Amino acid sequence: METPNITGERIKEYLAQGKRFDGRKPEEFREISIETGVSKKAEGSARVKIGKTEVIVGVKMDVTEPYADSANKGNLMVSAELLPLSSERFEGGPPKFPAIEVGRLTDRAIRESKFIDMEKLCIKEGEKVWAVFIDIYSLNYDGNLIDAAGIAAVAALKSARMPKYDEETGKIVYGELTDKKIPLSKDFPIIITAHKIGDKWLVDPTLEEEDVSETKVTIGATEEGSISSIQKGESKEIGIEEFEHVLDMTEKVRKKVFSTIKESI
Amino acid sequence: MTKEFKRPDGRKSDEIRKMTAKVGVIPNADGSAMFSFGDTIAIAAVYGPRKMHPQHSQDPEKGTLRCNYSMLSFSVSERARPGPNRRSTEISKITEWALEPIVMIKKYPNMVIDVHINILQANASTRCAGINAAALALAHAGIPMRGLVSSVSIGKLDKNLVVDLIKEEEDWEEGEGATDIPITLTSDGKITHLQLDGKITSKELKEVLKLARKANKEIYEVQKKALKESVQL
Amino acid sequence: MERKIVIPGEVIVSGEDYLPGEGTEKQEGNIVALRYGLAEESARLVKVIALSGIYQPRRGNVVIGKVENITFNGWVVDVDSPMGAFLSLAEIPRYVNKEGMSEVLDIGDMVVAKIYDVSARGIDLTVKLRGLGKIEEGIIVKINSNKVPRVIGKEGSMINLIKEKTGCNVTVGQNGLIWIKGNSVEDELLVKKAIIFITENSFTQGLTEEMQEWFAKEKK
Repeated sequence: METPNITGERIKEYLAQGKRFDGRKPEEFREISIETGVSKKAEGSARVKIGKTEVIVGVKMDVTEPYADSANKGNLMVSAELLPLSSERFEGGPPKFPAIEVGRLTDRAIRESKFIDMEKLCIKEGEKVWAVFIDIYSLNYDGNLIDAAGIAAVAALKSARMPKYDEETGKIVYGELTDKKIPLSKDFPIIITAHKIGDKWLVDPTLEEEDVSETKVTIGATEEGSISSIQKGESKEIGIEEFEHVLDMTEKVRKKVFSTIKESI
Repeated sequence: MTKEFKRPDGRKSDEIRKMTAKVGVIPNADGSAMFSFGDTIAIAAVYGPRKMHPQHSQDPEKGTLRCNYSMLSFSVSERARPGPNRRSTEISKITEWALEPIVMIKKYPNMVIDVHINILQANASTRCAGINAAALALAHAGIPMRGLVSSVSIGKLDKNLVVDLIKEEEDWEEGEGATDIPITLTSDGKITHLQLDGKITSKELKEVLKLARKANKEIYEVQKKALKESVQL
Repeated sequence: MERKIVIPGEVIVSGEDYLPGEGTEKQEGNIVALRYGLAEESARLVKVIALSGIYQPRRGNVVIGKVENITFNGWVVDVDSPMGAFLSLAEIPRYVNKEGMSEVLDIGDMVVAKIYDVSARGIDLTVKLRGLGKIEEGIIVKINSNKVPRVIGKEGSMINLIKEKTGCNVTVGQNGLIWIKGNSVEDELLVKKAIIFITENSFTQGLTEEMQEWFAKEKK
């Protein structure tokens, strides 16, 4: 059942006083837990919980031809599936927009921040490059899948080890991982989505809060504050000053999230 | 059949890998469970009974058990393209058939019980792990059932019978090669699912059934424990 | 017989004296569980109390639901049951004509109703009695319907304690939906917190006493 309107009214009332049902402040995240190496056939994997929301991400690699317009760069493919297992609201079948959104936002945050050194993934220009596949799956949905997916993707990439590539046969020896890590830059991006409920903005909504969210802004950026991707979602309009407030708010939240997860990631 | 046959991972012929089972792993689901045979990990979630859509699919005489089996793309060595394929569609169906005899589905006319199974990590016997997780998830969801079912893969490697195959054994090439026999039994020994791929005689198959019966009892104990320990009284 | 967790197909107790109650079946002198739950025996009657599973609608139950649709003669209400629920025009305490239906109850509105019949067709609701009708404000909490008896307590002891300690009006639907209305959001959230605590500790003996202490701690 979707969150009833009357509960939504109370959420707004409370938020107007700067309070949330679970006692958090608007700029506070629920408890984040990160576990890597959770799926051994994957080159890298991570299971992330934010409150009761849980996602699992796996990184697989392959050797393939580069795209024509990036002959000396590796390929990156990010996909997401909202498993029916994770919520009564999700149905099986080809990914619908919410799943595509999670995949696309994670893709852009990672791609545009140049977190992966794509040129180092080139084996032979124009002929052979490494392809990195990041597959995101939801395991339990209680709001804020996007931010959880972002953390899990970075954790999976960071903990991944490249498979053995036989130059002679041109094939990957699956099951044999090298000690080599994926070429990554030191700074990793974090995705923070801010939601507007009534007149107030908050981060890391529970499912109830997400149900009454009127508009949202997703920002992918590094700890230093270099923003690599932004997307405004849902249909309510935002004023410019309001948007600047969101930028400031997410910057503060981002710093806090970075310090929380730095150790585990 | 107690020949001293050397299995790739050193197990005895009738030895099952270390099993783990836990219920309640997906908070949103009406019932959920995780089950593993060694490296093979399956999770299952049950939603229902709930209204069956579309209406024309409703069965007014009894409810519908609808199973969906799917492997995560990174659960296998070579990335599996996301989406259903013939294999996963077949496994979804045999899982339904494996579970239906014990689920008292007549109590829910026009309704559907959805069972979602996902494989997180695969080292053979994935459909068996999935069925074991699904049986637990159904019980956990409070669905009336006559008992549980327990599933295991029995294999014939050349002429040797072994219990609970790993991938290396599935790919056995020596002699008569590998015969893979996934089988699901109720706790009183009735067969609800049986498949076979390979080469075997009737005599050998009777031995297989004996091994299955024995393995089934061990698996049942693991499943029972998971349900019993789910609540602190 | 000591109460214990049982699984489907398990023999709970053997003996001709015992009688099969809810969630059990007699098979050759054994009482066998037909579901996962808590097996209890009293006066030779053995039953399995459900820990999980969907709400079983019964005549006379007060339930809380959400209006899904307005038809020509009533409202289709979602009471979180796979059986549909319907509130007919005839079961409203005053006359409403077809144009005025959405004024009385609109799609998305929450309503407290009583079940006056359950049939193969579905659940029939009425709001003709006092205390029933549209919910104007407050918060709605959803728990598993099997935990409702614990939240209400013996002769209402638990729910009355909650109301007393928080000053809130609390209406518990047998289907697991609970409506909380108080003087402040804080009070309402305290009720929600208490209810969640009770559902997570439902097996504790002496839970009502423990809730007294719990409230004392929370209100500091």
